[in-house]
Amino acid sequence: MLSMFLKRSVLMLGMLLGLLVITFLISHVTPGDPAALAAGPDATTEMIEQIRTERGFDKPVIQQFFLYAFGILQGDFGTSIHTTHEVFDDIVAFFPATFELVVFSILIAILLGIPLGVISAVTQNSWIDNVIRIVCSSGVGLPMFWLGLMLQLYFGLQLGWFPLGGRLDLMTDPPMTITGLYLIDALLTLNFPVFLEALHHIILPAVALCFPALASIIRVNRAEMLETLTQDYIVNARAQGISVLRIIGLYALKNSILPTLALIGLRFGWMLGGTVLVESVFDWPGIGLYTVQAATASDFEPVMAATLVLGAWFMFANFLIDLLYGWMDPRVLKKG
Amino acid sequence: MLDVKNLTVGFPVRNRGEKAMLMAVNDVSLTLNKGDALGLVGESGSGKSTIGRTILHLNPSTSGHIALDGEEITRLSAAGERALRKRAQMIFQDPHSALNPRMTILRSVAEPLVLHTRLRGSALREKVGELLETVGLQKQFLYRYPHELSGGQKQRVCIARAMALNPELLVLDEPTSALDVSVQAQILEFLKSIQQQKSLTYLFISHNLAVVRYMCNRVAVMYLGKIVEQGPTEEVFKAPRHPYTKALLEAVPLPEAGQSRRTAPLGGDIPSPLNPPTGCAFHTRCDKAIAGKCDRVPPPEVDFGHGHVASCFLGVEGQGTTGEKIRELA
Repeated sequence: MLSMFLKRSVLMLGMLLGLLVITFLISHVTPGDPAALAAGPDATTEMIEQIRTERGFDKPVIQQFFLYAFGILQGDFGTSIHTTHEVFDDIVAFFPATFELVVFSILIAILLGIPLGVISAVTQNSWIDNVIRIVCSSGVGLPMFWLGLMLQLYFGLQLGWFPLGGRLDLMTDPPMTITGLYLIDALLTLNFPVFLEALHHIILPAVALCFPALASIIRVNRAEMLETLTQDYIVNARAQGISVLRIIGLYALKNSILPTLALIGLRFGWMLGGTVLVESVFDWPGIGLYTVQAATASDFEPVMAATLVLGAWFMFANFLIDLLYGWMDPRVLKKG
Repeated sequence: MLDVKNLTVGFPVRNRGEKAMLMAVNDVSLTLNKGDALGLVGESGSGKSTIGRTILHLNPSTSGHIALDGEEITRLSAAGERALRKRAQMIFQDPHSALNPRMTILRSVAEPLVLHTRLRGSALREKVGELLETVGLQKQFLYRYPHELSGGQKQRVCIARAMALNPELLVLDEPTSALDVSVQAQILEFLKSIQQQKSLTYLFISHNLAVVRYMCNRVAVMYLGKIVEQGPTEEVFKAPRHPYTKALLEAVPLPEAGQSRRTAPLGGDIPSPLNPPTGCAFHTRCDKAIAGKCDRVPPPEVDFGHGHVASCFLGVEGQGTTGEKIRELA
């Protein structure tokens, strides 16, 4: 287990370096003047030249890369034009909102997806299975932002069950910052009205964000369960007199969960891409909205930093799943 | 000890959108005495495995009766089912698929003991160790996972697991056909010796006639869900009565080069059990089929003595039954 942990850690560091090179290349080598980009659209020629020397854009590319990399190691991601803050501070401020949304969303996808996948497999070809499969196909097919808009229209405007956007009502003070996640902070400070309000606000965006993940988790889990259920050790477990529920939960699910786990890891990473859309639709003040606003303001340093953070998150999610794999399945450890 | 009467097992299926019943086992009767090893042979899809699984209540039966020691087990309460699990166990074709890949050997073999006995902790571990020893595996295997074992070792583990509760009846579904030939011999030898030691009753499902001849004192030949011939192994092998049995026996490869066959091998495929042929199910592939009779009327069961029974009109003629009687049957 330890050797696997070390191997995967080294691998992840290598990939992070690769990601760093890519974001650097995108901003420094692509056509266009990085100094002009960094200075923003309204800058004068002198300002651009000043930035060029200040930021070292007149130096050789290799040297620039090291400057960039060392800057990032020290937490220097540059300055955002549209918020006028350090990008690092912005990201620290916006990240918890995104993290809260994504975690809440993936939890919905897991808690609904796995049982629905099992039910679908166990009732194969019945009407229950058919309904679940139709919902899945639409989940994979529907664009997230459209689904978000429809949820807003129906549950937000028409029925008025949920607020249209934001993390809390405009008049509500956020709970004392401990983790930055409102739901958790509200609970920790025993501020239940704010907890309920935050919960009320997060449901629609989380549902919109989780839908594709939910659908694919159901599909993969269903397919794996169907295959596992035909294995002889399942038949044997029945021949020994083990109860059906125990067989499904303990034998079949445990043996078919690995591909679902890998999928959850991937989806957890992809959801960050989804937050760019969902946060824009629901006015959710997270990294996604921040990035979109930066991009529309030609404010490129926040975009680069966000790419880096989201990419690192994606890798970290996969790293965790790799470790979980090793822990869950004795056969994976052996192969390293 | 095991008495199967007129057992029929059908599975509901959809055939071109229409609901239909697939008759996997059709009106089958079998008797096993204590210590018997009955070989159930036939092509894939003939319903041999379904019979085994139905006896163990892994499939529902459609009609017919199954009795164990005179006690009806066709429909069982939860408690009755629990009791059956102790008395009858199963061994599968592919030992790899028969062991849960996420359980150590210890857990796999201990499972039936945990379910049905009060053994726990070190006593349980000791018992599992003993069981492994009886199948020729050392205690070091206890904490291994199935993927660390060879096929033969895995099958031994499966046997140990099946033997854990001292069952009286074992259903063996092609227990050696997934193994290397050298390992097959060891496993067969072992199965035979424990059968004699513990006077177990075997229902031995196989398509390998040589294996059945070695293992079983009685044999039943299945074709399309029906038993076409059954009797003492040596008699059936030496004097097969049903054309299908003859074809099967002649399909066994001859040990020496240059030896030639007396008849052409069986042509065609087994017909669909969704739409079985009328009359004798075998008439579509039988070279001795009598037009107007075999394709219209189900053949009678003819007794050749010593429990050797075949369902064929030719048997009737062979017994010297008069033409009138055949016409009467027709």
